[in-house]
Amino acid sequence: MIFIFAVFLLSLLVITAIAIVRTNNLFSAVMLTSIFSLLMAANFFILDAADVALTEAAIGAGVTTVIFLCALALTADRAKPNKERRKVAYGAVGILASLMIYATFDKPPLGDPDAPVHQHVAPWYIEKTPEYMDFPNIVTAVLSSFRGYDTLGEVFVVFAACIGVLFILGVPVPGNAKPAPMQQKKGLHHHLIPQVVGRLIIPFIVLFGLYTQFHGEYGPGGGFQAGAIIATGIILYALLEGESKALQAVPRRVLMGMVIGGALLFGGVGVICMLMGGNFLDYSVLAADPVWGRQLGIIIIEAGVGMTVCGALLSIFHAFASRERAS
Amino acid sequence: MIDLVIDVLSWILLILGGSCVLIGGVGGLRLPNFYTRIHASSLTDTMGNILIFLGLMLQAGFTLATLKLFAVMLFLLLTGPTATYALANAALLSGIKPDTGSTNDDNTEESPK
Repeated sequence: MIFIFAVFLLSLLVITAIAIVRTNNLFSAVMLTSIFSLLMAANFFILDAADVALTEAAIGAGVTTVIFLCALALTADRAKPNKERRKVAYGAVGILASLMIYATFDKPPLGDPDAPVHQHVAPWYIEKTPEYMDFPNIVTAVLSSFRGYDTLGEVFVVFAACIGVLFILGVPVPGNAKPAPMQQKKGLHHHLIPQVVGRLIIPFIVLFGLYTQFHGEYGPGGGFQAGAIIATGIILYALLEGESKALQAVPRRVLMGMVIGGALLFGGVGVICMLMGGNFLDYSVLAADPVWGRQLGIIIIEAGVGMTVCGALLSIFHAFASRERAS
Repeated sequence: MIDLVIDVLSWILLILGGSCVLIGGVGGLRLPNFYTRIHASSLTDTMGNILIFLGLMLQAGFTLATLKLFAVMLFLLLTGPTATYALANAALLSGIKPDTGSTNDDNTEESPK
């Protein structure tokens, strides 16, 4: 049964991908990308990767779609047809696809316990997580402790991406930013029903984000997902009430502080671990009891991850949205 | 005995809900213009949502899962109609007229298949 469902979802994915490539209308392409992400999230969930599914649904289907739409508001909503290079592109894609399909023949079957990936370090993680951290979600343990360096790198990638987007799109000049009467009209001021429903729902979205953040050790979730969910809530607020209102609620300074502070918090915990006599990001020295020390370290760095992701997504959104306003 | 009754009831609800969603899908593909299409998909979606979630709650019994299902149902009941409203409103503002009897409307060439 689950197999049929998985095949159904995967074929829908292929259909959506072909539709994305074929359409000239950029708006429907954005919507199809969102659908693609949602299907992908369902696929991840079938594969029991609830953490990844949550991230994909929140970032892929939620935040990216809004950012794409904001970007689309700055340009034309139709792609220029480009026929000349078509054949070369089809050829390259065809060769690459057949190579990849050929490579899958060597792949062990899905869920095979003898597959190399299940023989390498995974059994050790599964065995040691209850002993070292004493909480059930092994994904969080791997992400934030066993593979802490990788996650630190990811957080710095998010940080760098945010800085890069802000450099390219620019923060508006302070003199330019005073709200003209036309800007007040932004947001759906004449749409009463979405606003009322939004006011009802946004607190719960943010609350769910916080739940995901602080429940990450026990269920699917963690900093990345929580940051994305909270960012979605605030972006919804910005869409309903206007961008300037959202900037009043969460000003740019706070966003920058979150991006920088989150990355600093993560790195700082690592340095504190070194100062307290352990290795970089070896949380066991943070408290007298090593298990509690690891839990404490994981909670702090997950908070750092959440802050950075939330701040970065919101800064990028505002960079696009305010650009739309300026031109 | 009571278990069987609950099971049968929940499956009836699930099948009814599923057929609601299916009818909505057919309507979304077959109806002539934009407003009739979102009308079809939105109303049946809301009904199907209630029926399917009631069926699932009966399957789950008195557990935490039922509470979560109820919360999800409430969320979808609030957001679904709102999204449809926003869609229709946006369509009206961007100039698609809800005219009667026309078989095609130029501004809506969605359904990429």
